[in-house]
Amino acid sequence: MNKPIIEIVDSIDTNVVYDELSDAASGGICVFVGTVREFTNNEVVISLEFEAYKSMAIKEMEKIAFSASTKWNLNKIVIRHAVGVKKVKEAVVVVGASSAHRADCFEACRFLIDTLKENVPIWKKEFFKNKEVWVSAHP
Amino acid sequence: MEVLLFGIAKDIVGKSNLDISHIEKQPNSVGELMQVLKNKYPEFNKLSSLAIAVNGEYASKELSLQASDEIAIIPPVSGG
Repeated sequence: MNKPIIEIVDSIDTNVVYDELSDAASGGICVFVGTVREFTNNEVVISLEFEAYKSMAIKEMEKIAFSASTKWNLNKIVIRHAVGVKKVKEAVVVVGASSAHRADCFEACRFLIDTLKENVPIWKKEFFKNKEVWVSAHP
Repeated sequence: MEVLLFGIAKDIVGKSNLDISHIEKQPNSVGELMQVLKNKYPEFNKLSSLAIAVNGEYASKELSLQASDEIAIIPPVSGG
């Protein structure tokens, strides 16, 4: 497998991921893009703000990429997360993989985002009209 | 000993970097540090979870702390 592309960035350009994952040995590319949704529990979200413990987040993302590469037959992996204030519809995370056959990249793509959400030290605050909430902080 | 704070932990303490070198009984382990923080800032008890990272890795409660360690409080993560 090629060296995974793992980054924390200020803004995400979703146009580059195809070229990053494109590969002569791959018959398929699977990409997930996480975006800012306008509503949480019927309340209007104005923006999200992401904060990362960057050095540890990169290490955790590298572990996820490595783990995916041991579970599936992958050629390329991208894991990129944004930090800072993001408005409705903006991309906040892009993960993807390419593989010879589609089953590997489909399953790996789901694993990449699901594991990122569980383990990577990144925090999201939702800004509503009258309040701010750290997501998942309280039961 | 300094502790890095992120997300809601930063809001609870009111800063992004907490110096605990002046407290009387220095915590020797991750578990002891967790207790010191929960006693000083009871809001930590209300969180869904609370982890501590030492040198960029999730740490078990038994891990001993060294003065040179980079220590961070990891409240419930919510990336993606």
